[in-house]
Order: sequence, then C-alpha cells, then structure tokens
Amino acid sequence: MPINPKVKLVENVLEKARLEQLPTRKGYGEGLLAAGDENEKVVALCADLTESTQMHLFAKKFPNRFIEMGVAEQNLATVAAGLANYGKIPFISSYAMFSPGRNWEQIRTTICYNEVPVKIAGSHAGVSVGPDGATHQAIEDIAIMRPIPNMTVINPCDAHEAKKATMAAVGVNGPVYLRFAREKTPIFTTLDTPFEVGRAEVFFDPNLEVRPPLGGRTSLLDVAIIACGPLVHNAILAAADLEKEGLRVRVINNHTIKPMDEKTIIEAAKDAGAVVTVEEHQVQGGMGSAVAEVLAKNYPVPMEFVGVQNRFGESGAPNELVEHFGMGVSHIKAAVKKVLTRKK
Amino acid sequence: MRQSIIEMLVEAGSGHTAGPLGMADVFTAFYFHILNHDPKNPFWEERDRLILSNGHICPVRYAAMAHAGYFPLEELKTLRKFGTRLQGHPHRTALPGVETTSGPLGSGLGQAAGYAYGAKMDLPAGRQVANKFWVYCFMSDGEQQAGNTWEAAMFAGKYKLNNLIGLIDRNNIQIDGMTEDIMPLEPLRAKYEAFNWHVLEIDGHNFEEIVNAVEEAKAIYEKPTVIISHNIPGKGIKEIEFDYKWHGITPNKEQAAKFLAELRTLGGKIKSEHE
Repeated sequence: MPINPKVKLVENVLEKARLEQLPTRKGYGEGLLAAGDENEKVVALCADLTESTQMHLFAKKFPNRFIEMGVAEQNLATVAAGLANYGKIPFISSYAMFSPGRNWEQIRTTICYNEVPVKIAGSHAGVSVGPDGATHQAIEDIAIMRPIPNMTVINPCDAHEAKKATMAAVGVNGPVYLRFAREKTPIFTTLDTPFEVGRAEVFFDPNLEVRPPLGGRTSLLDVAIIACGPLVHNAILAAADLEKEGLRVRVINNHTIKPMDEKTIIEAAKDAGAVVTVEEHQVQGGMGSAVAEVLAKNYPVPMEFVGVQNRFGESGAPNELVEHFGMGVSHIKAAVKKVLTRKK
Repeated sequence: MRQSIIEMLVEAGSGHTAGPLGMADVFTAFYFHILNHDPKNPFWEERDRLILSNGHICPVRYAAMAHAGYFPLEELKTLRKFGTRLQGHPHRTALPGVETTSGPLGSGLGQAAGYAYGAKMDLPAGRQVANKFWVYCFMSDGEQQAGNTWEAAMFAGKYKLNNLIGLIDRNNIQIDGMTEDIMPLEPLRAKYEAFNWHVLEIDGHNFEEIVNAVEEAKAIYEKPTVIISHNIPGKGIKEIEFDYKWHGITPNKEQAAKFLAELRTLGGKIKSEHE
C-alpha cells in the first residue's frame, strides 16, 4: 500500500468505518494536561466553555493554574497577554468563532505585536460543528490568523496529532493558533507518527514503492493533494480510490499552515505538476491560499481548492454538511480529475 | 515635563497634545516618587509595572522616562520618526520600560489584570498581600466606553486583585467632543463600585492627593482600587486647556514657541523665562 512507512499510520487506515474516532479537541485536552505536567509555567484560561473545549482535564488537575474568564473573549486574550508578559505560558480556549473570531484585534496587538507567548486554541472549527449552525462554525479563522506576524498556525489531522501539536506549542517561542474540530473524526495516525511544527509529512504516495520522489524531473505522479485537519483522511481515501483508477496521487498532511513547509510543497508541485488543496475552511485566505502564495512565487502549477466556497454554514449532521459543502471523498476525487485537465 | 512634551510634538508634527499635558503631573508623581523602579535596569524583576492603556498619550511617558534616566533627553526628538524607539504608540519590544504595547483603546486593563493575577499566583500559599511589585494601569476616560475595559473590571473585581491599581485620566474630552456628550460615563464612581472596586477621586494636579491616593490604594487589600484623576486636558497652556479639538493635533512651530514661552514664564507671571 502506498502509505509512507515512515509516518507509521494505523494499518487499516482505509477502513474508515472500523477506525476509532475522537474529536481533535479531545487530543487538545490531553495535550494541555501533559503540557501542564511538563511545564509549571503553563496556565489555562477559558471563556465559559471548559468542558466543551476539553480544558476541564487541566482545570481539575491544576485548579490553581486554571482561570475562569466568563463569556468575555476580548478579556480572555488581554488577560492572557498580561500573564504571558509576566512570565506564564497561557493557553486560551473558546470556540474558534469567538476566539480568535471576536478578539482578533486584541490577539494582533496585545499578543502578536506585543510578542508574548499566548497559545490560542480554537475549538469547533469547520462546518462539521453540525447542528449548532453557521454562527458557531468557524470557517474564516485560518484566514484571520495567518497574516499576523509572529503567529504560528496549526490545524491537526486527528486527536493524536492534536495532542502532539498542543505539547509542541509550548516549545514555540511565540504565539500559536491551534485549530480543533468539535466532531469525532477517524484516528489514523499513531503515537509514533512524527510531528514537528513547520514540517509537512507525505502520508500517501504511490511512488514510494517505485522510487523516491523525483524532484522536478519526469514525474510519476499525477496530482499532489495538500490537506490539513481531519479532511486529510478524506484525502487519503480519495487518493486510494484514484489509484485503483490508475491515477497516482500524493497526499501531504500540511498541518502547519504558518510557517509553511515550503520545501515539501514546492517539491510536490514539481513532482506532480498539479495540486489540489483540501481544508474545512473558506477557500479564500485559507491553507490553500497559503499554498498558492508559495507556488505562484516558486513553481506555479494548476490548482484546485476544496473547501467552503464563499458561503456560510448551516445546521445539519456533521458528515452531511461536509458532503453538502463539497469536501467529501467524491469532491476531492472530482477536484483531482478537474485539475488534471489543466495540467500541461 | 510639559516643555519636553511640546518640544517633542512640534518636532514630530503629529500626535496628541491635550492628554499628555493633562497627565504630566501624575506621571511626574509616579516616575519621581511613587514607582519603585530602576531606569538603568528596566527589566528588574521587582519593579512596579506601569501599564499605559491609552497608548496615545505616550509622549508624557517618554518625557518622564527620559527625565528619569531611561534614555537621553535628545532621543525625545525622534518621536514618531522612522527607526525610532519612541513609536507613535508605545511598543514593548522597541523600548525597554514601556511594559506593554498599547494604542487600541480598552485593552490595557485586561493586560494589567493578567499581570497582577500572575503575580498573585506566585505568592507563597496563604499570602494575600506583600507583593513584590504593584501593577498600575493608566487609562483614559474615553476608553471607559470600551467593552473590554468592563470585562477586565469584572475580572479584577471577581479575583480581588488588590495588587492592581487603576488610574483614569478623567479629563472629559475625547476625539469627537466631550465624553458626556459622546457617550456618558457618569456615574463613573458608581460603575466601578458596582464592579467591586475601591474608588478614589483626586485632583490630578495636586501632588499630595496623587501620592496619598496611591498610599490608600495600597492599603486596600480586599479589592482592586481605581483612582479617578480629575485632570485638565492641556493643563499649563491656556489655549489648549479644556479644548477637545487639541486631543489629536500638535502645535505648529509658531504656536510651540508661544506655548513654551507661556510655560517658561508661568503664564506670563514672571518676566525672565526659565527652563
């Protein structure tokens, strides 16, 4: 199977129905607890969503390092800025729509420009929030976080990676935005899957069994899919299906949207000559846009963008909404075929 | 202090005049009497933290810092110029001693409260007072209209941040006019009291009242204290005093010469100018 053996995914990665499922926010809760154990400077602040954002694990174990802020997201950011300025490493949690949605300017000025290491954890990102509807489905958060200087932006693909990203965020000397989902999604990485902030990983590549990636010469690849978040799994399923149809598709887990692993992205464009990006976010300003910025400058290739197409979400079942807004396996496959028609 | 402010602003050609002049006495009292600080060691861990929330009045802070010895007086002339450490609104990592980046109104009290909360977290178990340092937060009255200010006030009240002392520059003006016309703040004392703060009101041009208020604030250990400092915007220059139009403009060279003469002659009371 064309799964990159180095990334040590679960063996039955393609059997979606049989995979264990957990929301990425659960991984955040565990990661925060572990980070608290490792580093006593870590403190946690929450805006009245402690259990929902999975901060309750930390709050229970470290009650003196947990601060309840009430429904006040602007103050969530500014108090954390003060705590970080004093010497703490604060994690702040709310739904992504409210933090970093409502408190953007405070994050920009008092955290990023002020150069203090606050870690912003936005839960309930994406339309897969489901029944709560559009008001609670953050699909613009990547776009508003990534242009701010000093900010690191990470969107983990499953609960394991969410835990690793949370723990790694402590070591990033500056602000970090961590993006999590509400709904259960397949756990397809393992504890041994490598995770490094700023390094994208090739998860799936039919060429692996033939020979190493070709670095811009005659390509054996048809298309590269660059994905982030839980949709990375859909991308793998799409690539596996396409392989049966004779198309060779590489899938990259591009968890760190900023700073982006430009080398891996450019290499993929050179090897494949066409790129599809996949994210549960508006296509305007999101991860795909960031990839396009890199490629337009370094190695332009035809691209397709799978994501929300300039629309608001709505109520529904999570999977239903992912399909409705065009981010299902079939949509990814269609995007691959579409981009192929434009490939030279 | 006021002469330095005028000299800086005329050189910069843009910035705010009325607020800095009105807060000159408060800043003088703090930098030369109240604050426990070391201008030669701006990162000293036990220094008092002075968070300036309304960053636009930074010329008065820069003037106080220069006179206190943080940096040479000549550097004041670089205000707002390319490459300066004296940014148009203060930036923490540009100039040691400014404590935080500020400008957008309403976000200083939250930061100060976070600072104060952090310091209390590190107190030995059972100790409520005897902080290593005090956290002061200077605010404008205009930013009492900002929601984040009241979120922070509610937070500081809940957690009884007795190591936090706020001070409001109650000069009654804001860019568009008088505060009570634009969006009334009164009863301001009652608002803070309702948020579980201890409230003091002073004449911000009376050094004895400034110092005494801070002493009283330090003695209040069950809640945070806010000092409503009644100030005259533009204090010291008759043409500027009480005129909201001077909030966000600077004097031209001709005006500056006139204003400096006014300051140096104590408003024409003495014939020989002094600096």
